[in-house]
Amino acid sequence: MVGITSYGAYIPWYRMNRKLIFEQLGWFNPANAAHARGEKAVANYDEDAITMAVAAALDCLQQRDRNCIDGLFFASTSMPFAERQNAVIASDGLDCKAGVRTADFSGSTRAGTTALLAALDSANDETSIMICAGENRQAKPGSAQEHTYGDGAAAFLVGSADIIAEFKGSYSVSHDFIDYRRTSTERFLHTWEERWIREEGYSKIIPEAVNGLAKKYNMNVAEFSKIIIACPVTGALNGIAKRIGATPEQLQDTMIASVGDTGSAMPLMLFVAALEEAKPGDKIMVVSYGSGSDALYFEITDKIKTAGKGKKGITGHLADRNDINVYGKYLVYRNLLPLEIGIRGEEIAPTAMSTLGRDGKGITALIGSRCKACGTPQYPKQRVCVNPDCGAIDEMDDYRFSDKIGTLTAFTGDHLAFSWDPPQIYGLVDFEEGGRILLDLTDCSLESVSVGMPVRMSFRRKYADPDRGYYGYFWKAVPAKS
Amino acid sequence: MAKGIKNEVAIIGMGCTRFGELWDKSASDLIIEAFQEAVADAGIEKKDIDAAWFATCFDEVNVGKSALALPKTLKLPFLPVTRVENFCASGTESFRGACYAVASGACDIALAFGAEKLKDTGYGGLPDFGNLLGSQNRAIFANITAPGGFAMMATAYFNKYGLSAEEGKRALAHISSKSHHNGTLSPKAHLRVEVPIERIMKAPIIAWPLGLFDCCGVSDGAACAIVCRASEAKKYRKDPIYVKALQIAATSGEEMAHQKWDGTWVMPTYEAGRRSYEEAGVSNPREEISMMEVHDCFSITELAVYEDLQISPRGKAVEDIEAGFFDLDGTIPCQTDGGLKCFGHPIGASGLRMIYEVYKQLQGKADKRQIKNPKLGLTHNLGGFPCMSVVSVGIFGNEL
Repeated sequence: MVGITSYGAYIPWYRMNRKLIFEQLGWFNPANAAHARGEKAVANYDEDAITMAVAAALDCLQQRDRNCIDGLFFASTSMPFAERQNAVIASDGLDCKAGVRTADFSGSTRAGTTALLAALDSANDETSIMICAGENRQAKPGSAQEHTYGDGAAAFLVGSADIIAEFKGSYSVSHDFIDYRRTSTERFLHTWEERWIREEGYSKIIPEAVNGLAKKYNMNVAEFSKIIIACPVTGALNGIAKRIGATPEQLQDTMIASVGDTGSAMPLMLFVAALEEAKPGDKIMVVSYGSGSDALYFEITDKIKTAGKGKKGITGHLADRNDINVYGKYLVYRNLLPLEIGIRGEEIAPTAMSTLGRDGKGITALIGSRCKACGTPQYPKQRVCVNPDCGAIDEMDDYRFSDKIGTLTAFTGDHLAFSWDPPQIYGLVDFEEGGRILLDLTDCSLESVSVGMPVRMSFRRKYADPDRGYYGYFWKAVPAKS
Repeated sequence: MAKGIKNEVAIIGMGCTRFGELWDKSASDLIIEAFQEAVADAGIEKKDIDAAWFATCFDEVNVGKSALALPKTLKLPFLPVTRVENFCASGTESFRGACYAVASGACDIALAFGAEKLKDTGYGGLPDFGNLLGSQNRAIFANITAPGGFAMMATAYFNKYGLSAEEGKRALAHISSKSHHNGTLSPKAHLRVEVPIERIMKAPIIAWPLGLFDCCGVSDGAACAIVCRASEAKKYRKDPIYVKALQIAATSGEEMAHQKWDGTWVMPTYEAGRRSYEEAGVSNPREEISMMEVHDCFSITELAVYEDLQISPRGKAVEDIEAGFFDLDGTIPCQTDGGLKCFGHPIGASGLRMIYEVYKQLQGKADKRQIKNPKLGLTHNLGGFPCMSVVSVGIFGNEL
């Protein structure tokens, strides 16, 4: 028996009211008024599909030993790298063990559930898989997708011990239904007429998978407590519900009004939201869409009662928000507007891959040293202890800072430094259990920062060097909210 | 402690260009200008020089790597010339090389040079720090600039001593306003305009809590010194200036990675100062030092220096500042030529520019900004950030 043993989610701090988009570009395409309702989650300038997946995976892990992860599967249609595996960046960020099996799943918004199915297929008594999905999709200004797309991530630990949602089975259909398409060199997708996609796509393919699952396991749709349908078109969803015979109470809210269409992460984020309210014995169906559809069937166990402990999850992230109230800021963060960044901003020092190779997880997992002689944690890794009263040589153990809490000893908001979110805030972070690192801060305003403020670590893009095909990943400090 | 070089070395000539945004001058132009003044001042010729040290920091936008810009520009006759670089403390490094050379007897006359052409970057502030600490820098070092690196010391200092932003900024503004006044009396200074405290406090923020006038000028310029053994100095001039102490202290890395340091002071400044007082035989600096030229790259740096050099007690610098202790007519005038703040800060030249002002003051040749009867002048040259620095302190006197 395998199933979900833990869950986690991530929604970026920034939210944008869709009216902001419509106010700017509604003149060109008045039909977008239909999409200009509610708000969407918007990744910060230093976030992408990988960083958000890592955040969701950390929410999922909590205090668990990372050595329990035998595989890490990552799903996204907005992967930062076409070559250089994205999943291994996430597994390194999470400080997974050396023997971890990693894989990327992409190609359609169905990739999230496909990765989950692959994880469920791989998991057994000896093997646990972390499966995470993150999306940070770009949409053309003025398009319907610019309104509907949102950013976010979800993660599940899949295994056989202490299952909270037992995997009972699945049914998949695959169709080369060309509703949305994008070649490997394109930033934006092409679509066909919305009405055709709604009627011939969502409204036929999703019921095919749902009915196929019910038939395969000899069940009635009415037996499911919750049916999660990752259909971002609200109008189509109501028709689908009628077609499969589901009541409004059975349907999981799609969070289109609060988060948006998070692509391959959407069915998984909705699944997390459902698990946050699930009760033992509940039967849950998770249905994705994209070049076909996957329908998965889970049954909730007694373990669900304590499963949410310590997690921020969907509920916690929804409550922790900050408005992007300038459309231009959103355009810049999504790289849709060629901003005058100044000569200082244009100066990007090259990255030495061999340095990264040598420093390895010291950078991606924020691994420093802890002196065996005096116990002082220190970063970056040292061979000679930095404690002035110690100075021991080669007495070091590896020490992970990424899961530690610190406080700010000094800080500033720097307007001279080039930043996509000026002023660049940074400070000296003193960790509760020892050690100090000078770190950038993110997801906060200068006004909210003070000496003594507690911070936690967040995996982010430290810099982008797109002309050389590189994004540098590192950790930043964010306010630690209780 | 080692015997040191007190009274072993004398300065017999110095030169310093006007500092500023010298769009029409190259680094070579600046080098020639400072050199001509110094050899004329010393009354020597190029052929009398035995060796030279050349300080320059940002080679990317300046004269390139190595020492060769100096001998190639001045056509020095195959002399031993060494480039030194230690961030913003580079100028004092070149001076130290020259002093040690004559003190050891290896040379009779040595030249210490510093030059920096900073204003060819196309933007304000120092050149970008993307590779400042080597290839690992890009991957892990915070997105830090000079004003931000020092501004962190201000937030920590204000917090430790319970100063509101208003109170802290007012004390810092006094420091900058004083230097602006002194700059108006300094013909070669970059910024020569009075700026009142209220205007300084209201200036646009560069790195919180530091505003525009809390930051020094970013300038082009060059300065140099000619030194010989103290025993020979009177052969060249009647008023040589003697080196009483010359010390340098570099961080061990402790401030950046260990929690002991509280971020409100600069450890190497304290250490270099302490060793300098010991070398010079100064037991009570507040009573014995006549004047100071310190590394006021930012107003908060100058405030911390007052305490780190044991002039003001810990946490009491604000009281001294507001009492006018460091003003031109105060007890220990500081930045009599305007300092980095207003004379300007061409990195490699700054350490030598400080010595230039002390030299002129001790000779009684500082014109309108001349202080009364100075005996001992101190220079303080800081490279890096408070959390990671290298600091030189020099003490100079006009009597053996």
